[in-house]
Amino acid sequence: MRNVLEQLINGLSTGSIYALIALGYTMVYGIAKMINFAHGDIIMVGAYALYVVSLLLHIPVIPSMILTVIICAILGITVEKVAYKPLRKAPPLAVLITAIGVSYFLQNLSLLIFKATPIPFQSVIQVPSISIGGLNISGVTLVTLIITIISMVILTLFINKTKAGSAMRAVSEDKGAAELMGINVNRTISMTFAIGSALAAVAGILYICQYQSLRPTLGALPGIKAFVAAVLGGIGNVPGAMLGGIVLGIIESMSKAYISTELSDAIVFGVLVIVLLVKPTGLLGKRKSEKV
Amino acid sequence: MKVNKKILVRALAVILGYALITVLLKSGMLNRQYTSLLVPIGVNIMLAVSLNLVTGFLGELSLGHAGFMSIGAYAGALFTLHTDLPDGLNIIVAMIVGGLMAALFGFVIGVPVLRLQGDYLAIVTLAFGEIIKSVLNALKFTNGPKGLSKIPLLSNYQHYTLVFVVMVITVLIITNIVDSRHGRAVCSVRDNYIAAESIGISVSRFKIMAFVIGAFFAGVAGVLYAHNVGIIKPTTFDYNKSIEILVIVVLGGMGSIRGSIISAIILTVLPEVLRGADNMRMLLYSIVLIAMMLFNQSGFKERMMERIAASKQQKAGE
Amino acid sequence: MALLEVKNLSIAFGGLKAVDDFNVTIEKGQLYGLIGPNGAGKTTVFNLLTGVYQPDSGSIVLDGQDLVGKAPAEICKCGIARTFQNIRLFKKLSVRDNVKVALHNDMEYSLAASILRLPSYFRHEKAMNERAMEILKVFDLDSYADTSAANLPYGKQRKLEIARALATEPKLLLLDEPAAGMNPNETAELMSTIKLIRDKFDITILLIEHDMKLVSGICERLSVLNFGTELCSGDTSAVLNDPKVITAYLGE
Repeated sequence: MRNVLEQLINGLSTGSIYALIALGYTMVYGIAKMINFAHGDIIMVGAYALYVVSLLLHIPVIPSMILTVIICAILGITVEKVAYKPLRKAPPLAVLITAIGVSYFLQNLSLLIFKATPIPFQSVIQVPSISIGGLNISGVTLVTLIITIISMVILTLFINKTKAGSAMRAVSEDKGAAELMGINVNRTISMTFAIGSALAAVAGILYICQYQSLRPTLGALPGIKAFVAAVLGGIGNVPGAMLGGIVLGIIESMSKAYISTELSDAIVFGVLVIVLLVKPTGLLGKRKSEKV
Repeated sequence: MKVNKKILVRALAVILGYALITVLLKSGMLNRQYTSLLVPIGVNIMLAVSLNLVTGFLGELSLGHAGFMSIGAYAGALFTLHTDLPDGLNIIVAMIVGGLMAALFGFVIGVPVLRLQGDYLAIVTLAFGEIIKSVLNALKFTNGPKGLSKIPLLSNYQHYTLVFVVMVITVLIITNIVDSRHGRAVCSVRDNYIAAESIGISVSRFKIMAFVIGAFFAGVAGVLYAHNVGIIKPTTFDYNKSIEILVIVVLGGMGSIRGSIISAIILTVLPEVLRGADNMRMLLYSIVLIAMMLFNQSGFKERMMERIAASKQQKAGE
Repeated sequence: MALLEVKNLSIAFGGLKAVDDFNVTIEKGQLYGLIGPNGAGKTTVFNLLTGVYQPDSGSIVLDGQDLVGKAPAEICKCGIARTFQNIRLFKKLSVRDNVKVALHNDMEYSLAASILRLPSYFRHEKAMNERAMEILKVFDLDSYADTSAANLPYGKQRKLEIARALATEPKLLLLDEPAAGMNPNETAELMSTIKLIRDKFDITILLIEHDMKLVSGICERLSVLNFGTELCSGDTSAVLNDPKVITAYLGE
């Protein structure tokens, strides 16, 4: 029983990282109607940025985390402006291919700069582990859960309570109408990319503190899985991304523990396929069909 | 008469291509490094042309092409490793086995998946590619992560005639399909599936047809790949391989078979020319991909064309 | 027996009844008009007839065949073809190929025949080319056969859509606002073309149109839709002079 609980907490912790990344996918999809395939690589950039800022430049932990988040936000905005904005009217296929190109670009750029050999990374989160009723929870897991919950609460409040948040909701409903109501669509899209990338940076920091090794491709797998989480929850749907991330994390940790480590990825993707076939728009997604 | 001329030009290109390879090879003008590229060029042409059928003509982005390639490679290699037919027959049967196996997977995957559209479909094909990889990693009879080795080299450069013929047949079949009622139906689904339905085209049928045929030839290409290098591992056929094929198709022009062939040759030879700068090559790929998309799709090309036309008119006016 | 018999057709989206208890009977060879203010549910009726939407209730019978529950592609095979309000051509295909796709089910040859270029391929392709040019000629589009559909001027795109629909040899042709965006000259030309194809191809036509000159000029019977329900129907002149119709269009 204790073992099951431990796996559940592991799953929650990985799942909450997935959820943070999934939020970026979902928000960008909601606003720009595109899959930002390069989103996973923002995690990688965040991880390397933290490494450079905190370990090479010796900036204290908290400021270097903030700096990392800012770097990623700026990167997100830049990517949108350079690669995606000119393609707003292009077919989705073209945008998706471009996004794959951006993802590939970021990976290979960091491969060029940091080389393929993994760089060991000492977790910058130094929190002692706690135990509740014989159940051991590591400090990193604890921090991950707390930061995720805080980020989600702030995001939800931002989207629902602020003017900028309602602008985002308006643009995702109907870009044209939002523009007519005086909303600056370009700025709203930039802001969405900035927030999504900032969340990815947070996820990158937490991820790297758990796995403690830097590779240029480290963003690919969590990126794809977070995407799966976003689709699972219904892409474009913010609570769906949170739910999808947690569910996926738990499925993954359970199948690693009780079925097979090698097949856990196959199981995760299998779940996605099954969900999409049964409910093509994900768990909380709404169906939108083309108007004839 | 127009049609006959087209056929003549194509036949000439094929004969010249074959003659060129033979002369280069027999005269020893190619060093070992370049000789070793002959089969990969053929394999990449097959992969690109078959992916073009799905992505360029059907208009669905498949990110699992390497997955079908791996199924073909494993099926074909297991076949030749466990049978004792004469070499020539062995590789031919292996190609059929590999192709059919990949086509079977294409069908099983395609039937449910092709109900999805656009972005979702792309992601699910990606997911399937990864599932195939991790299942190959876990299975006993495929020898897990170590993969298969000592595969007889039945399609290496010494058998370039075989590879060349198979490549030509592949291109010919796909070209013929594209230029037929079936191909037109596939293109109509791409251009407007609602209108296609309204004139009696069964959208799902043609989606699956294009997908299965694409998978079949990816499988055959996989068999040739396996019997050229002799060793295959699950990681050989990862997501990066799918992207590499996609880059070839995009660079050559989606919906252009000739483009796919030319770009497959260039992008297979180029890395050898730029040897030593392997990381730069991948970076270059990504830049090419982004630049091509921005050039073709952002309206930049149209504006350029208009400007050129306008300046021509101006000159004519002077 | 009537060619098309629609009874008690209804569909609701959410709580909104887009089409409510709609009935229509169209005789063979008729030129029938479906009119009504914007948002009255006219295109929805087309979408129900062609299987894009499935009705919540009601029946659609074409020439004795029940169409409810059939997919759009099957309905086309039963004999209904249509055009779209927002033109839907196969833009990257040539004008000729746009029509040839529509001959897909009419002139069949196997996949093997395509791949191996068997005689049946050449025979059918030749027949398809001839038939396509024949149809294009009716619409004066034959000189554009090799142009890609996207490069046609707007009015010709509308014509090509009709040509494509006709190529499926329908019993019933549905035209959704064929004159939309056309100038008076083009509309006049379109009117004669519609009459011509009705006679030449021996088909029945149901059209949605806002241009009253076109409607009164060629339609023999009309149905008027308002808020998803039928306001009235009958002979064109009688319907157009009905005070109820005038009120629906102009308001109280």
